[in-house]
Amino acid sequence: MNEKKNPLFHIVKRKSMPLSKQMMVRLIAVAVAIAVCAIVTVITTGMNPLSVFAATFRGAFGSGRKIWITLQDTAILLLIALALTPAFKMKFWNIGGEGQVLMGGLASAACMIVLGDKIPDPVLNLLMIVSSVFLGALWGAIPALFKAKWKTNETLSTLMMNYIAIQIVAFFTIYWEVPKGSGKIGIINQSTNAGWLMQIGNKYLLPILISVIVTVGIYVYMKYTKHGYEIAVVGESERTARYAGIRPGKVIIRTMLLSGGLCGFVGMLLVGGIHHTITTTITGGQGFTAVMVSWLAQFNPFTMMGVSLLIIFLSHGASEISTSCGLNQSFGEIITGIILFFIIGCEFFIQYKVIFRKKETENTKEGPAGQKEETGQDSAEKPENEAGNAKEDSEEKPENETTQVDEEVKS
Amino acid sequence: MCCRLFERRMLREGEAPQKGTFWGPGRKRKKLRRESRDQEMSETAIEFKNISKQFGNVYANKNISLKLYKGEILALLGENGSGKTTLMNMLAGIYYPDEGSIAVDGKEVSIRSPKDALSLGIGMVHQHFKLVDVLTATENVILGLPGKLNIKEAETKIREICDRYGFVVDPNKKIYDMTVSEKQTVEIVKVLYRGVNILILDEPTAVLTPQEAERLFRVIWRMRNDGKAIIIITHKMHEVKEISDRVAILRKGEYIGEMATEDADIQELTNMMVGRAVSLNIERKTPVNPKPKIEVEHLTILDEEGVAKISDVSFTANSGEILGIAGISGCGQKELLECISGLVKPLNGHVYYVEEDESRTDLVNLNPLQIQQKGIALSFVPEDRLGMGLVGSMDIADNMMLRSFRYGATQQDIDRVNKSRFLENLKQKMQPFTDRKTPRNLAQTVVEDLNVVTPSINTPVSNLSGGNVQKVLVGREIASHPKVLMTAYAVRGLDINSSYQIYDLINKQKESGTAVIYVGEDLDVLLELSDRILVLCGGRVSGIIDGRGANKEEVGLMMTSMGGEQGK
Repeated sequence: MNEKKNPLFHIVKRKSMPLSKQMMVRLIAVAVAIAVCAIVTVITTGMNPLSVFAATFRGAFGSGRKIWITLQDTAILLLIALALTPAFKMKFWNIGGEGQVLMGGLASAACMIVLGDKIPDPVLNLLMIVSSVFLGALWGAIPALFKAKWKTNETLSTLMMNYIAIQIVAFFTIYWEVPKGSGKIGIINQSTNAGWLMQIGNKYLLPILISVIVTVGIYVYMKYTKHGYEIAVVGESERTARYAGIRPGKVIIRTMLLSGGLCGFVGMLLVGGIHHTITTTITGGQGFTAVMVSWLAQFNPFTMMGVSLLIIFLSHGASEISTSCGLNQSFGEIITGIILFFIIGCEFFIQYKVIFRKKETENTKEGPAGQKEETGQDSAEKPENEAGNAKEDSEEKPENETTQVDEEVKS
Repeated sequence: MCCRLFERRMLREGEAPQKGTFWGPGRKRKKLRRESRDQEMSETAIEFKNISKQFGNVYANKNISLKLYKGEILALLGENGSGKTTLMNMLAGIYYPDEGSIAVDGKEVSIRSPKDALSLGIGMVHQHFKLVDVLTATENVILGLPGKLNIKEAETKIREICDRYGFVVDPNKKIYDMTVSEKQTVEIVKVLYRGVNILILDEPTAVLTPQEAERLFRVIWRMRNDGKAIIIITHKMHEVKEISDRVAILRKGEYIGEMATEDADIQELTNMMVGRAVSLNIERKTPVNPKPKIEVEHLTILDEEGVAKISDVSFTANSGEILGIAGISGCGQKELLECISGLVKPLNGHVYYVEEDESRTDLVNLNPLQIQQKGIALSFVPEDRLGMGLVGSMDIADNMMLRSFRYGATQQDIDRVNKSRFLENLKQKMQPFTDRKTPRNLAQTVVEDLNVVTPSINTPVSNLSGGNVQKVLVGREIASHPKVLMTAYAVRGLDINSSYQIYDLINKQKESGTAVIYVGEDLDVLLELSDRILVLCGGRVSGIIDGRGANKEEVGLMMTSMGGEQGK
């Protein structure tokens, strides 16, 4: 170690990168991801990678109906991510979106089953909205109250609330099962459509419109209101908040009422607008996927639109691959994993710069790589451009980290 | 009389009395130091060659070449953000230089991690201690060392080190039971234990009392005479004069020059550091028409464990006057200010705010928001800047609205609140949006008026250097035209130029009729700045004296005389 030897590369944080260059890096990342996917496809299945990509695309955008479903699913995922965002901004790790959505769904299902055909539809709809928002908010506020009063760990309590919600829904599924003994509720009010949300245009459009409105709403709330400012201050430091005359406990509870309430509202959309039934799996794990969406978008509502679309696109594509190409579900997930891996990994090169050892005497035989290193500044793009030796070295680090996050979120 | 008392205290500590040891360099010792230095001057311990380090587009260090010899104490001097710490971090293996090389004992080396640095015999004591609170001193010292765990042996070795250099530390004491100075001792022992020959101390005296600093200096001299090379980063000029053999000066990441300490004078060093002539005088005008503004009566405050941090404290702060608060750190200053500003509820006692018409409001049961809503303009610059006064991740503009975001704008609105308070408060509550434009303008004004060095007002404050962070905080607190301004260690960690800018601002507030409460640690400044000085000792008032007639020995004695930690 005492002999003169510099490390191969070291990593330095960048100040900032112009937007055009950032987009370049991301584009390159996507290109590399597709290339790696193609290689993996050929090696493991021997199929033409182009046909696999075509299947992916077909799965998400293959027909008019598929496009609408993709957009609708995107809207739901986006809405849950938006609901979690204020809490995350406050560094309140609400991973109980799943349970809050379920409770909201349960509330509307209950309204539809108990009051369907007994009161006019508009009143019923209103009641569904109020009750689901209320129950979702309650589900969010309970951990918040504990955190504000006794400083309990919200990650654990919100997570545990999910399982309580699932069990409650399971109980009511049996309680209201139709027909008796089936263990399912089935489509509620199938004959009368009582309590079903009205359709705008076609049956897919309503959640999409709502998600656009909520996106703008959350953006404005976080950026321009006093509440949004208070949330940011509380998230950073409770002592600073107190110094500024903000009561952290109050802000925590208020924000979780909003976060949980919005989740509950999504549950209402799922039950009243899309599925017209309730099961314990109606959320399909989106309460957790939304955590990833919110984080990946760095809590920016507009970025979340793109991220949710990407994730839904990949998941629809994956299931299409498994059916139409005769491969099993795992293969689709491998492809999804590779693509996410590169897209998340490339953020590292936007944040950091990798400086390689200066050409000393004889250590550079890589030819073009060596020349480019000397410029130093462009070193971030270099690894992806070449897919060469240097790349694997330098990319290992960020990718390991990000995939870990991935796995945690998924599991 | 005072001096004699001091001597007696020192005898009790087992040290030979030396005239003036506490407050100035003793001539005899200084002579002794110089002699031994010349013999070993020749051997180079460390050489920096053309070192550069870039963060983003900014050079933190640019082409720095510097030598350190064995058996000398080098003071590294520079303003905040001039790259001293960055340079030292590269030596300690925390950063890696972009360009240039470092040679240890004449051999070029590559220091990739703190472990590499330690194996080369380089150890750094950081400004913020890196100790495990629940472990003992010994456990902390041997933490992370390879080999068998042998506490007994380690303890003996620690005792040896302590005896050799004159440290006083109990190896079995837990860190959480220790004072700041003891913790620092453990940090130094930790690096010495690892056989370090080159010791870097990053602002070691920032958290120490004058007495503790003096004790530290004595240890440093012993280490130097033992042949070790020491680099000390400091802002305090008199310390540079007192302790170092040589001074090197950095400015804006560049190496400006060096000189033997003997030949340097404070004014010259300051000018080199800042790059232009700076006046080092604090103006103290006679208070105009002082009237009571804050009256504290029999205040007692307990901390979370139920220990009294402030006991039965009473005083008055007048408008147009600076009330200095002196005391060893941690003897109730923080609690006192937090109580006045409504953050901490006292056990008993009162804090009255006196209006112009002499009506009094008790602030004790109000929280900061309620105080604000009553239209009382109370400004508070807390000790913990980024943990309490500012939000580190937010930009300057957003931080400007921290205390006023409910009102959108700043002063005009607060004035309006005064007129019909209830209605306005209600109106503010109903208004969901906050005004982002006024704070932006204010941020621009503060940046321009106080010469805050920042790429733009959209830069997160945690990216600014210490002095600039403080200017942003003080700038905001002053912008609300306070009637009472409280500052806690307003210049801690600030370089000399920024410090004088802050003193200037505080003086301007005083002239405009604000009651200023200034908690400080540098007694020289406290004596120059304050109109009256309240001396705290162990949470009690040991006296309130006139700032003009006071002398340092007297205040120092009052700080320790009433059964505080130091007086034992």
